[in-house]
Amino acid sequence: MSALRDMGLRNRRAVPFSSVPTEPVDEFRQTVIGAVRDGWRLVAMFGMPDGSEATRVVAVLADDANGTLGATSMRVGERYPALTPDCPQAHAFEREIAEQCGVRPEGHPWLKPLRRHLPDHRPPARGNVVLDPGGYEFFRIEGAEVHEVAVGPVHAGIIEPGHFRFQAHGEDVLYLEIMLGYQHRGVERLLETSSAERAILVAESIAGDTVIGHVGAACGAVEALARCRKTPRAQAIRGIALELERLANHVGDLGAIAGDVAYQPAAAFFGALRGDCLNLLMTLTGNRFGRGLIRPGGVLWDIPTAMADDLRARLERVGEELELAAAAMFGSASVQARLEGVGAVTRPQCLELGFVGPVARACEVARDVRHDHPYGIFRFAHIPVTTAWAGDVHARALVRWHEVRRSLEFVIEQLSALPRGEVHTACGALRPDEIVVALQEGWRGELVHVVITDDRGAVRRHKVVDASFHNWTALALAMPGNQISDFPLCNKSFNLSYAGHDL
Amino acid sequence: MFELLKARLKQGVRTTPYPQGEPAFPERYRGLPVVDPAPGAPPVDLGTCLFSPEEAGEGPNGTVRFTTEHRMASSTRQGLLSATGQVELASSLDREMQRLFGRSLRLRSVVAGSCGGCEAELNALGNVVFDLARFGVQFVASPRHADGLVITGAVNRNMRDALRRTYEATPNPKIVIAVGACAIAGGPFAGSGEIVGAPDIPVDLYVPGCPPHPLTVLDGLLRLLGRLPADRVPARL
Repeated sequence: MSALRDMGLRNRRAVPFSSVPTEPVDEFRQTVIGAVRDGWRLVAMFGMPDGSEATRVVAVLADDANGTLGATSMRVGERYPALTPDCPQAHAFEREIAEQCGVRPEGHPWLKPLRRHLPDHRPPARGNVVLDPGGYEFFRIEGAEVHEVAVGPVHAGIIEPGHFRFQAHGEDVLYLEIMLGYQHRGVERLLETSSAERAILVAESIAGDTVIGHVGAACGAVEALARCRKTPRAQAIRGIALELERLANHVGDLGAIAGDVAYQPAAAFFGALRGDCLNLLMTLTGNRFGRGLIRPGGVLWDIPTAMADDLRARLERVGEELELAAAAMFGSASVQARLEGVGAVTRPQCLELGFVGPVARACEVARDVRHDHPYGIFRFAHIPVTTAWAGDVHARALVRWHEVRRSLEFVIEQLSALPRGEVHTACGALRPDEIVVALQEGWRGELVHVVITDDRGAVRRHKVVDASFHNWTALALAMPGNQISDFPLCNKSFNLSYAGHDL
Repeated sequence: MFELLKARLKQGVRTTPYPQGEPAFPERYRGLPVVDPAPGAPPVDLGTCLFSPEEAGEGPNGTVRFTTEHRMASSTRQGLLSATGQVELASSLDREMQRLFGRSLRLRSVVAGSCGGCEAELNALGNVVFDLARFGVQFVASPRHADGLVITGAVNRNMRDALRRTYEATPNPKIVIAVGACAIAGGPFAGSGEIVGAPDIPVDLYVPGCPPHPLTVLDGLLRLLGRLPADRVPARL
């Protein structure tokens, strides 16, 4: 693993793409499988055309304990032996590679379309389609009393489209399969082919509730490739915006969980308080989701002293009201009884499949990019990592609530001590033939943007991994053994992004 | 129990008085853009506007400035085009449709290739602050129960058929509302090979924004239903 560690790749530190070795397929497999066995984590694995016939498959790994990243690659033709049987963390990445690049990972135990589209990162001289977008077959359980429940893509509420297929015995769920891709918009191709200005607007629209998270990571990647140094003030404002986004979404999720167990007062309070948090972002950026704030080189909007005072006063009031709402919700025995023991994800599952964010932290896996791979303001101002151990809906709710408190403290502290200076510096051209990995702890968990430039400094590949990419599997695993009627509650406690997954 | 009462008292009444009074928006809020048109410049198309700070300033349409005006929904696609930014606000449905839907409207949401932002704002319409239900408007779980569709998203390959079928499953007479830049003109995803655009269905209300503020949606809906006095047009900006 020392080769991985020594290549100098860190969060938002670009290195020459030539320093990523191209290993023979067997050695690539050994490197990745061995690293994961030694505790490294697969943060991204993707393909891109290499010449007219071949695909270059790049794997990015993270050693969270040491804050180190590493990468390796292999050159493949039409097929290669899949890593998934020996490294389950690769399962969705390999489906994605098969779909995007037309390469078959042989021996993959679950080789089905991921987003159901035709290959869009295929070498020009190849016409292979490994996964037929129209050919999705569901896993079925046979038996006299087994029945199937199909939900979606058009849902009963105002919800993004997705399809859930339950195999059930009476009310008991035996198996849940989730078919996605209904929100696929071709985001990666747009990021790779649009002008830099347009690409930023696309990055803001990867997942509409994670605007700051994704655009912050995308800009982090671009800035590293341009060797652009942001001012401390810009970094502080980005941190404030990121934590406000976390605050708004976690508060909204607590309200949604309360709503799903019919605890209306907390649903109403949290719903209104979520709006208050979004309105703080609107005061700062002109948009309730923080669009138009973060751009390569820093931020477009400063926080004048009067605004900082106003935001702080409003946040303190929000904090007081949140405490009351949370005390009511978590203090209610009927709420607690409804949340405990439902939809549990175990620590071994999490470690094996690489779940991230509050889902991981709720089963005692203390993964947090702000802590493990600190960047920007988080190198100076530390936010303690919150964990719980039960892995159920209650644990996920509790982790969110504690993160709400810590984000609040962080933002109030930052607003009181903003560094002086400008908020934007010029961001020049990207260095040619480099690779950068930008990680960010979005409110759902780790967001990954890998950018590779070509010999002219244009974007050759822009890979995006949303936290939901990993965590949809967690939801599928959490359901068996629960009742179908628990699904909405379980689903809310994960609150995963369809758009972030589907890209 | 006491905690609950304390929290309830602290919250007070959170519902916005809208449509009474003028809602307050922060100074930086990017609402309706107004244009100082250059001679011969093409009109601004609010349907393609992404309301990003970069769209302000000198541009192909003239000099653009975002105002804090939130009212901008229109009944026609053409109504979103304007040389100065004075868009044509939505007019009310005809008398028969008003009689049917004016006091009770059931809508079905179809999300078809979006980022999830517009849906978040539509969901916010249901919270205690905006409280859409007080106007008799409700989102329902089946197209069979609906009087109309709310479409969000740029409409991609994988959702086009589901959207068409949901439209066909909604009984006549029905209305269709396109919410957000994506549903109107593809938004930030315009030009992607995955986006195929909406099937040919008539739209009764276009609500621009990326995403539109909940009050922008609410204002458009109330105008469509004939619930706002006709003389309420944007003040001089």
